[in-house]
Amino acid sequence: MEVGMKVGIVRFPGSNCDADVYRAVTDGLGERATYLWHKSTDLEGVDVVVLPGGFSYGDYLRAGAIARFSPIMREVIDFARGGGLTLGICNGFQVLCEAHLLPGALVRNRNLRFRCHDVGLRVENAGTPFTSAYGEGDLLHIPIAHGEGQFVAEASTLDELEAENRVVFRYVDRRGQATDAANPNGSARNIAGIVNAEGNILGLMPHPERHSLSVLGNTDGLAVFQSLLAAVSRERSHPGDRRTDAAPPGAREFAAGAVAGAGVSS
Amino acid sequence: MSRVWSVDVRVTPREGILDPAGETIRRALGNLGYEGVHSVRAGRLIRLEVEADGPEAAVASTEKMCEQLIANPIIEDYVVRVREG
Repeated sequence: MEVGMKVGIVRFPGSNCDADVYRAVTDGLGERATYLWHKSTDLEGVDVVVLPGGFSYGDYLRAGAIARFSPIMREVIDFARGGGLTLGICNGFQVLCEAHLLPGALVRNRNLRFRCHDVGLRVENAGTPFTSAYGEGDLLHIPIAHGEGQFVAEASTLDELEAENRVVFRYVDRRGQATDAANPNGSARNIAGIVNAEGNILGLMPHPERHSLSVLGNTDGLAVFQSLLAAVSRERSHPGDRRTDAAPPGAREFAAGAVAGAGVSS
Repeated sequence: MSRVWSVDVRVTPREGILDPAGETIRRALGNLGYEGVHSVRAGRLIRLEVEADGPEAAVASTEKMCEQLIANPIIEDYVVRVREG
């Protein structure tokens, strides 16, 4: 039986974090990754689709609005709607919202500044295929780099997200408190990342791939990819079983940043 | 007869959506001495040349474009208008 996973990274004109995701998957995890060109209509049998960060189509009109109609997106939307694991980071999150695969929208940062620095994140739901290698309440340091990352949605949508435990990451301070000062962009309820109702689509503004190799000084983000690998392996051994409560042994150490060699696979 | 109509789409942030750009303009106006500007909302104007059988058809097809791409109804309102002449 085939083991491991193959991650497809979509390249739009203006994507600029595609190579970072590639390195996180290949060097960080020792898994396979391939680039998917925006004009392609073939997902090449990948297990996971990543929409990386960047400024697709120059952010013209609205961030993600044009990319959402790329030829590859028809395949990505089918894949995601069919339960395929789909991760949108930063611009990828914006594309997922524009494609209505996730609720809400991302608008200009409250203070109008492009924010490029590490933020504190709290793992709010460690029961998703993207976070099973973390523990609930884990505090992470992950970089952000965006000008339009303010998550907005109707109050009823926000309530629904909270009630269904679909807020996966929240901006917090050093003590893990979701304060206004810890909110870099004015996002509603300090929301940094959400999943769809089925739990197979995650969008987040911070960049886990930028903190996924020890040479980068921090591996807090690697567990996102570890989690995906665990989910793909689980799906292969138990097709249709989407439970995520069985994190692989050793995965927690990644979340705790205790493993120095980021290439070590648990 | 089909002809080309000049159509304006005015897109503005929806009521209740924070508009930091508009707010910054308002503050700058205050600094310049323009008192009494209570609110500024910054949107965009998109001007299209649309071939259609009549102004109503031009508006109808442009509204469809707005729903699909030009505006994001979650955060924006839009008004479609055929220009005179």
